[in-house]
Amino acid sequence: MKKIIATIFVLLISVQLPAQDLLDILDNETPKTDNIVTATFKGTRILNGHSIENRKDKELEFIISHRFGRVNLGFDELFGLDQSNIRFALEYGLNDDLTVGLGRSSFEKTYDGFLKYSVVKQKTGANSFPFAISLFGSVAVKTLKDYDPADKRTFAESLFYVGQVLIAKKVSPSFSFQVTPTYVHRNTVQITADPHDIFAVGLGTRIKLSKRVSFNSEYYLAFDESKSINARNSLAFGVDIETGGHVFQLILSNAITMIEKSFITETTGNFFGGDIHFGFNISRTF
Amino acid sequence: MKTIYTIIICFLLVNVTSAQERYLTKNGSVTFFSSAIVEDIKADNNQVLSIIDATSGKMAISILMKSFMFEKALMQEHFNENYVESDKFPKATFKGVIVGFENIKDAETKVEVKGIITIHGKSKEIVIPANIKRTEGSILVNGEFNLLVADYDIEIPGVVAKNIAKKIKVTFEFNHKPYKK
Repeated sequence: MKKIIATIFVLLISVQLPAQDLLDILDNETPKTDNIVTATFKGTRILNGHSIENRKDKELEFIISHRFGRVNLGFDELFGLDQSNIRFALEYGLNDDLTVGLGRSSFEKTYDGFLKYSVVKQKTGANSFPFAISLFGSVAVKTLKDYDPADKRTFAESLFYVGQVLIAKKVSPSFSFQVTPTYVHRNTVQITADPHDIFAVGLGTRIKLSKRVSFNSEYYLAFDESKSINARNSLAFGVDIETGGHVFQLILSNAITMIEKSFITETTGNFFGGDIHFGFNISRTF
Repeated sequence: MKTIYTIIICFLLVNVTSAQERYLTKNGSVTFFSSAIVEDIKADNNQVLSIIDATSGKMAISILMKSFMFEKALMQEHFNENYVESDKFPKATFKGVIVGFENIKDAETKVEVKGIITIHGKSKEIVIPANIKRTEGSILVNGEFNLLVADYDIEIPGVVAKNIAKKIKVTFEFNHKPYKK
């Protein structure tokens, strides 16, 4: 009797084998490859600061950013819209991992150049890695002559340097965050009590509201800030709206500038006191 | 008792032979093409898995959505992020049967492949016209057909309606080789 049961058992197993689903076989045969996490953020900026995203290989982008005056200036200044600071820039992906950019801001007539390099990508699969890490470095030259004519500044004295480590994680398709340790060096400062070196850490998040719209927030906490100005930490809220080839970013921030050395260390507006600048970033890919 | 063992051996033999009758490819190609007013969009995937059970004519295909390569990286990102939602639905699959598979000889034969296609988590019955050529060591399947984007819950927003066709042309070619487990 036992033998018969055993036989039936073997029979059942052997019958089941060829009945294995063809799709299951394909699942087993699918190569176990790394799956690189993409679109942690939609644009190359979270709002003011850089996100982990790079320009793609051989793609040239023209980016125009505006920050208007403070909304609490009232009707006479059309809630800040009469004042406009603009940065326009060309940013180019040398390859998928390295982006180079050149920009010019109307605020203090500043030119800036930056490099952003993706060191590690967030991956799932065989060689999974939980974060994406990029390095960012920029140099800015302030060309506005707002100093005493007797104290003529050299080119080197007008330089500012910024170094950042961008560490980002896409937690789910609808939530990403980034932590950004930052170092700013200024060759010249307003008064001797001001530090030449300022450290800061940035926090940014993206929450997707729909397939094409996300809500972003960004905060830079700066340590050892300037004494000559009433410096505040920069805070920004905004939405990304994606329309095919473009990403529109609408921004509310207490910072009026769009480059790292400025908005991280030179922001003076009190966001909750109404010193809010409306602004936007528009990029166009060629 | 002897008869029972004979039956078992028979079954085992059947298993062995049927296992040898499967044909598989891991680098089948699927291309889709959207021709719209503003631009043409083309994407290639050369890592498609396809299997045919030559005893029954059953066929299955598995396509990794992230393996579609576009001309522009941004298109690829939009495709994965907004349209097919590859994080949620990483694969498109087909499961069906080649009608009249047993009559296929060496010459290229026009057939219909009937089954269920699943894209973006949405399944739909489909009949795909294909050409099949069966030789000693391979089964070659190729063809082309159209898909309606709307059938798979993939919505195209108004702003890009002129960039993406509602009907997508799909071409495919699979060169199956005998599959050994």
